[in-house]
Amino acid sequence: MRETFLDAAAEVLDTDPNVAVVLADISAAQLAFAARKHPDRVLNVGIREQLMMSTAGGLALAGMRPIVHTFSSFLVERAFEQVKLDLGHQDVGAVLVSSGASYDMPTAGRTHQAPGDVALIDTLPGWTVHVPGHPEEARRLLLESIPGNGRVYLRLSAQENAKPHLGAGLQTLREGGRGVVLAVGPMLDRAMEATADLDVTVLYTSTIRPFDAAGLRSAVEATGSSDVVLIEPYLAGTSAHAVSDALSESPHRLLSLGVRRDAEVRIYGEMADHDLAHGLDAGSITLSVKEFLR
Amino acid sequence: MTTDTRTGYEDLPRLIALMTGDEKHQAAAESTVDVLWVLYDRVLDITPETFRDPGRDRFLLSKGHGPMAYYAVLAKKGFIQEDELAGWTSAESRLGHHPDRARVPGAEIASGSLGHGLPLSIGTVFGLRAKGFRDAKVVTLVGDAELDEGSNSEAIAVAGRIGMPQLTVVVVDNSSATHGWPGGIARRFEVEGWVTRTVDGRDHEALYEAFTTPHPDRPLAVVATVERKA
Repeated sequence: MRETFLDAAAEVLDTDPNVAVVLADISAAQLAFAARKHPDRVLNVGIREQLMMSTAGGLALAGMRPIVHTFSSFLVERAFEQVKLDLGHQDVGAVLVSSGASYDMPTAGRTHQAPGDVALIDTLPGWTVHVPGHPEEARRLLLESIPGNGRVYLRLSAQENAKPHLGAGLQTLREGGRGVVLAVGPMLDRAMEATADLDVTVLYTSTIRPFDAAGLRSAVEATGSSDVVLIEPYLAGTSAHAVSDALSESPHRLLSLGVRRDAEVRIYGEMADHDLAHGLDAGSITLSVKEFLR
Repeated sequence: MTTDTRTGYEDLPRLIALMTGDEKHQAAAESTVDVLWVLYDRVLDITPETFRDPGRDRFLLSKGHGPMAYYAVLAKKGFIQEDELAGWTSAESRLGHHPDRARVPGAEIASGSLGHGLPLSIGTVFGLRAKGFRDAKVVTLVGDAELDEGSNSEAIAVAGRIGMPQLTVVVVDNSSATHGWPGGIARRFEVEGWVTRTVDGRDHEALYEAFTTPHPDRPLAVVATVERKA
């Protein structure tokens, strides 16, 4: 997914003279050719994430459309005040593109893991948050984010679904009667597998902010059950408030699955080991959903 | 000073006095008044009429606290109305203790949290270069204590290494940094490749010369020394 993004970014640099890419060493080697072609618009500030984000703000103030890219932990967490003030408070926009997700680099440990990134961005007004589940979705979402001057967070992950789903809003992939399962980005394939034998509606989205409240309400209505399972690839319950707002007019139940909040998981291993530790593998999801549904 | 008298500098104390209620930052406001006046009156090409031009000069007030002198200069230069000054910081006013670019005509950035103006200036210079505006000046004002913020160090290194002749930083030095800058502030910029000039921050001719003497291929840091903060 990261390679697809870098190719798409290079393509956008070729076609749109307003676009600039700001880097802090990460991915600079992959964009070296683009940097030689567009030395004024591929800007590597070195290992300086505060400056990387402020540079994006300054570029936007000068009328450019910045794409800012590094690992999720350094992009969102390390320079969070710059995200808040040098983009949002300056009333300018940028497209922030992270790689690394919650635990794409499992052997790197906590320093390179950012399961709280979407929750952090969610504290700021006016952001669009895309969580693509497939490289083709990532490419499409990047291209759609370039026009205009909005603030966009595009969260790339090494975890992918087998097929892209390029629709907008909440897409219904299976219909059932006992509950609604909403899978976000890379959680889709395992959610489908986990609920294969359950009578539930499965929804998918690669765009979690703004939240498609109307889509969720109509799915709940069509399903005839107001039991909702939210499966997110980052901090559990990040979108619980959005589900709650969407269903505020009717009694409902919600199970929020995602990266656990109660403990720092100090293991290495593979991504699959972390999935297990957080209950985000298909087997664990099946158990959680069965226990939750009445 | 005769030029200043003719153009309105002598009126700034009266305008500043219209704003009351920010006693804590009174000294800071006054520390910047001469630098601001010289920049807006003689150095930068910025007017209310040209403020939306993409290739305009830009002034970024990074040290956003104590903005009374800034508002006074903006009023004198026609960006805001003089009668707005007295009611500043009220719920009805668009003038706060920290300027908000979304509300104050003429303000290039919203500031208040220290250490953002210089890094934003770096991005602005990159943006102007990419758009072909290689002559537009970008000037940012920081305080000596503001240099404590590490974000400035990131920006000073990159601007010096890349060579940004469009960029000027003016450090208003009222010796307010808690741990000080032994050897002087200019050294911090020199070692990274900047041209530096340390002048009396009250001397308009010296400031003008410091701002306007060419500094090809390199960014410029003007250290404007004023009285120690009381």
